[in-house]
Amino acid sequence: MLDPEQIFTRADSAWLNEGPDGDVVISTRIRLARNLADLPFPSRASDEELEQALVRLKSASEYLPEAKRYRLLEMGRLSPLEHQVLIEKHLVSREHVQNPKKRALVLRDDEAVSIMINEEDHERLQVLLPGLNLDQAWQLANRLDDSLERRLEYAFDDELGFLTCCPTNLGSGLRASVMLHLPALVLSKQANQVLGTLAQFGLVIRGLYGEGTQALGNFFQVSNQLTLNRSEEDLIHNLHALTSQVIDQERAARGRLYEELGDRLPDMVWRAYGILTNARLLSGGEAMQLLSNVRLGVNLNLLPPIKLAKLNRLLVITQPGFIQRVAGGSLQSSERDRKRASLVKEQLLTKNNHSEVE
Amino acid sequence: MLCESCNKNPATVFVRRTVNGVTTEAHLCEECAKERSEWNIVVGPTLSFPDFSLGNLFASLLEQHPASAGVSIGGGMEPCSGCGLTYADFRQQGRLGCARCYTTFREPLQPLIRRLQGDVQHVGKVPRRHKGRARLRHNLDALRRRLKEAIAREAFEEAAQLRDQIKLAEDKLKEGQQ
Repeated sequence: MLDPEQIFTRADSAWLNEGPDGDVVISTRIRLARNLADLPFPSRASDEELEQALVRLKSASEYLPEAKRYRLLEMGRLSPLEHQVLIEKHLVSREHVQNPKKRALVLRDDEAVSIMINEEDHERLQVLLPGLNLDQAWQLANRLDDSLERRLEYAFDDELGFLTCCPTNLGSGLRASVMLHLPALVLSKQANQVLGTLAQFGLVIRGLYGEGTQALGNFFQVSNQLTLNRSEEDLIHNLHALTSQVIDQERAARGRLYEELGDRLPDMVWRAYGILTNARLLSGGEAMQLLSNVRLGVNLNLLPPIKLAKLNRLLVITQPGFIQRVAGGSLQSSERDRKRASLVKEQLLTKNNHSEVE
Repeated sequence: MLCESCNKNPATVFVRRTVNGVTTEAHLCEECAKERSEWNIVVGPTLSFPDFSLGNLFASLLEQHPASAGVSIGGGMEPCSGCGLTYADFRQQGRLGCARCYTTFREPLQPLIRRLQGDVQHVGKVPRRHKGRARLRHNLDALRRRLKEAIAREAFEEAAQLRDQIKLAEDKLKEGQQ
């Protein structure tokens, strides 16, 4: 059983490990949107109806395969800092904690499976795995969906498929996405063109924290736009095929970077490493950009080998909510920058791979 | 590369400005780009998204479509009997209120969904219980039709048999719901 304290103070979610094609792909996500047939969607539901949805989803989740590995967290019982940590770990959406009453999260101990209850839809099932892992993520999501469906009657229509609060999720209710690190495409100014092409193939590009967020640190989230008229396998296959193209392009661009930038390339990554291991104050944005450069330097063997899993974990550890929750309470921005600098330094300079931050 | 304005931070934003037909471009860091807000920031490596409302977007999609031209803004349309959502609410928020909304507003929604999704035919996963239920419902509809015909023909013996079959089918459907 998952100790709730560890969720908020440890950055060891499964997706933070190094996965397939981990030099370019951080993580893979599959999300399924489902609603109960006989209750209004959460935005139109009364407190009693929200409670009904919560009770039914909770009891259905108690029959999931390996049910013992799951734990239910009620959003209403968590602090704003804890909400923020869940967002930073990509386990809930911002919307899910805006009105925490009757909202909950069912979370597997490795944080690879999370089910938001009463977000925009009654149920949002998410599988989050490291690296490029679309097939495995879909298989797991599909199996869990089968299990839940045995005990729940979902809103479904022969033509429209699974009925969702927003018509952009109709049909499969499936959103598959991959988190990519594309520093070389950005540096060689090909990112616009490559990502623009993806848009023409029905994919959407966002920043690290989803809708409306910026592509800080050269991290891009790519996902399918359409959800209807296509089978889940087709949607996933399409994303996989296009992602593979982007991976090839990024690797090719990395190979040409030295030619294009000359000494400026090792200079850039070593400077980043130097600042991260020596700075006394680090803002979140600066940390993200420098970690991106260090990551590139490690992948190009220009820097001493640092485990990619450690760099992934640093992406979470340096987030403001996580820093403050670990510190035990809210901190002034300058104090946060000081903590961030010391955490990053400590992580980069220790040889072992402790994920725990004390 | 470094920002062309401060030469200090890495350039993460690509900006382009066109004044009187003359286009100027620059690679800037975020801070400098913010300071020079007179620039039109195009979607660059650092993507910036205008904060548009989904509701407005849907409304404009609906208005463009001739099929929905006859439907005035929420006028003449009953609110959804499942959740009380009006069509005007939907136009404003871009969100439906319950599963039944999709039946209530089926007609005006069809062109919107077509525009959003291409076509309106689900081909993905079907809930297991729905597969059986769909068949049961279909049979039930057929039985009810036959009952009506039988009554019209005054074939009462056949009608009685059909009534029994309908009862059985209804029970089965109810069972599935529990």
